[in-house]
Amino acid sequence: MAKSIDVSDLNIYYGDFLAVEGVNMTIRARSVTAFIGPSGCGKSTFLRSLNRMHEVIPGARVEGKVVVDGQSLYGPDIDPVAVRREIGMVFQRPNPFPTMSIYENVLAGSRLNSKRIKKSEADDIVEKSLKGANLWNEVKDRLGKPGMGLSGGQQQRLCIARAIAVEPQVLLMDEPCSALDPISTSAIEDLIHELKSDYTIVIVTHNMQQAARVSDDTGFFNLKAVGEPGHLVEFNPTKKMFSNPDNESTEAYISGRFG
Amino acid sequence: MTVLETPPTAQRDALPLVAPQLPRWAPALALVIAAAGAGILALLLSWGLTGTLLATVLLLALVLPLWSRFVEGGRRAKDRLATILVWSTFGVAMIPLTTLLWQVIDNGAGVLSGQFFSYSMRNVVGEGGGIYHAIVGTLIITLWATAISVPVGVLAAVYLVEYGENRLPARIVTFLVDVMTGIPSIVAGLFAYALFVIFFGPGVRMGFGGSVALAVLMIPIVVRSTEEMLKLVPNELREASYALGVPKWRTITKVVIPTSLGGIITGVTLAIARVAGETAPLLIIAGKTDSVNFNAFAERMQSLPVFIYYSFTQPGVPPQYGQERAWGAALVLIALVMVLNLIARIIGRIFAPSKR
Amino acid sequence: MATAHTTEAGSSRAVRRPGDVIFSGLSTGAAFLILAALAGVAIFLTIEGWPAVTASSGELGADNIVLHVWPLLFGTLLAAAIAMLIATPLAIGLALVISHYAPRRLAGPIGALIDLLAAVPSVVYGLWGIQYLAPKMLPVYQWLQDNLGFLPFFEGPATTGRTLLTASVVLAVMALPIITSISREVFAQTPVLHQEAALALGATRWEMIRLTVFPYGRSGVISAAMLGLGRALGETMAIAMVLSATGVISFNLISNQNPSTIAANIALKFPESTGVHVNVLIFSGLTLFVVTFLVNFAGRWIASRGQVKG
Repeated sequence: MAKSIDVSDLNIYYGDFLAVEGVNMTIRARSVTAFIGPSGCGKSTFLRSLNRMHEVIPGARVEGKVVVDGQSLYGPDIDPVAVRREIGMVFQRPNPFPTMSIYENVLAGSRLNSKRIKKSEADDIVEKSLKGANLWNEVKDRLGKPGMGLSGGQQQRLCIARAIAVEPQVLLMDEPCSALDPISTSAIEDLIHELKSDYTIVIVTHNMQQAARVSDDTGFFNLKAVGEPGHLVEFNPTKKMFSNPDNESTEAYISGRFG
Repeated sequence: MTVLETPPTAQRDALPLVAPQLPRWAPALALVIAAAGAGILALLLSWGLTGTLLATVLLLALVLPLWSRFVEGGRRAKDRLATILVWSTFGVAMIPLTTLLWQVIDNGAGVLSGQFFSYSMRNVVGEGGGIYHAIVGTLIITLWATAISVPVGVLAAVYLVEYGENRLPARIVTFLVDVMTGIPSIVAGLFAYALFVIFFGPGVRMGFGGSVALAVLMIPIVVRSTEEMLKLVPNELREASYALGVPKWRTITKVVIPTSLGGIITGVTLAIARVAGETAPLLIIAGKTDSVNFNAFAERMQSLPVFIYYSFTQPGVPPQYGQERAWGAALVLIALVMVLNLIARIIGRIFAPSKR
Repeated sequence: MATAHTTEAGSSRAVRRPGDVIFSGLSTGAAFLILAALAGVAIFLTIEGWPAVTASSGELGADNIVLHVWPLLFGTLLAAAIAMLIATPLAIGLALVISHYAPRRLAGPIGALIDLLAAVPSVVYGLWGIQYLAPKMLPVYQWLQDNLGFLPFFEGPATTGRTLLTASVVLAVMALPIITSISREVFAQTPVLHQEAALALGATRWEMIRLTVFPYGRSGVISAAMLGLGRALGETMAIAMVLSATGVISFNLISNQNPSTIAANIALKFPESTGVHVNVLIFSGLTLFVVTFLVNFAGRWIASRGQVKG
């Protein structure tokens, strides 16, 4: 069920401004792919282009191809809403819907897709998703409470539960731990390991140790120069990337000489 | 993770990314169909332009979602229906605006002349006469209202921002100022009347009373806008001034207020524009007259809005001339208010960058 | 307010510069002058309205002041309520156009157009209502009477366009810009994070709005509607000119017998009134003041509570 993603010659624009240039890569199914790189190099922009979320910003557009399961995401017949249902996303800061309880938050996506869900079915979805996000034991007694009442790490796992409740193929994570403390971070990282068996996971991170810990493949993004578009410098298995990178600037970045 | 080992989607192989979609030109085609349908109906039933447009929107709201329902499914159909309805509210809101402006210009433009601006209505029966006395009255009353409300409003805003420190009294003042923005204008007029009756006896009418009533309406607007502007002044500026040994009151008058002056003037201009068109309070306390009166403290004083009201409702015989003058005065009043608004926007734009 | 000037800038308790004392005194005085003015409105209206309470029934034309004011209050509330029924959905749609639907370059000009509606003086709305809108509405009323005449609202007889419904439409147009401008502010403040979360779950634009924008903006829209209601309750000239009022109590919206409103009644009668009739009008004005004060109070209170949550 989890799908691989093939990206070829992808350019991403905001209006006339070329933000990311010429990306080629293959993201393997049922693996964790991490993107690292300095701030503003376009790795988040690239991630958002994988489920057409960047289109939310007016004037944003892409050239090139993103192919999932033989279908080009930017093809003429493609429904961006359907794309986002199959390729879920977890954001930098936890964003549970403030007006909804924990239970309703998990169900938010499923409720959109089918009008009537039986109570028992809904309960199953909530329990399964929360268990999948390693949150069930912490919240099972207070499902009716607002999602905003949880701690930051719990909120983020709630958002992951909400994302996997619609059973996507791919899960995109945009620096999911950057707003969290170390203990919550390690809980999320454990979760990513477990989710890998069912989902294709793509994660953007500022933290190179995190990339090394959780990912199978790593892509390094960088700016050619200030004001120039970002581009993919190197894409390799994580082990190789962190021990023997092909590119000099990758090594410089990983060893902390810049960025 | 026992649960996730047997995900229910394990058998789902095909990825349903391709949803059947209406082509890009579908809304345009639906619009053409709807317009044509409405046009035929309009011809058959001899509707006017408004009716035809309404029918077009209704047909569009029927055709496109239905089409979408069969091709794209219920969710997209609902989304398209919502889009049509949301945009149609804009169309509906434009109907009063355009017809009103068109009516005022169409009916009023023909009346404007040199005589219209330079004559009063004294001893005028039927044709002729002008709005000189009303313009004078509006200017004097508004000027006095501004003279009352600007010092009070600006000083009160200074209290709220610089001295109130968000303590209870300041919070109460802020809240009540907000509530005060909602006082009906006629109540402000009655207040001015009730106040002046105590000093001048029943049946009192004077222009200054109108100014007091307008000031009641103006002050909350001035306070709110000035408060916002003063809050925008960065604290670093105040501290820099204190560090030079400048006392607080001189810091406020020499640093804080000058920094936000553009914004304050914008707010005051908008407040003037808001009250210049007020009719009800002036009807009560300033009264009406056909003659020019330069003294705000004695006798009745005419104003543009009151002139419009009486010229239209008591146009005299024959009614045609009075009603024409009403529309002419309405055009002048709208132009005055629009120009004030425009000035406010321009001032706001000129001073805007220095605030940031 | 001795505590008002104890802070920074060398104005310690020991050395109080005269300039500081005077200036802080002036500004504090100005703030409390506003409170005094608000209290003064209530006090002076009560003083001048009181003779109406004790007036004899012969002078009032009704048994007592309550019976005199009640039909007017009824008309005021009815007209304003209908205006809100028309204006609130329109304003929500307009606010969405500006905050979420219009391309960013168009949103500003569209907002300015709506603000233009607020700049038109009420007496000009009156002119427009009586000369343009009322004749245009008459055929609609005749249709309503013929086809929906079994409803008490549309009994008719539809012989004039100057009905309560026309007056309510004018009120709705006048309240529209207020409700729109407040609603669009709160809609635009909906956190982008929540909107993106909804979109990332595969929501359409409308579903995203229902899922995030409406729950977030609910209290803002309610308070906006309250403030619009306050405006509609107190609006005078447009009603005084448009409505052909006979002072009945009736839910019939399209007949030639219409309830009057407090504000319009004052505007129509005050210039010609003397003696206790003036006091009666002032008393009705006091009633209007209390009602609008309560509505605005509630609206602001809801708004300030909403801010804490956001």
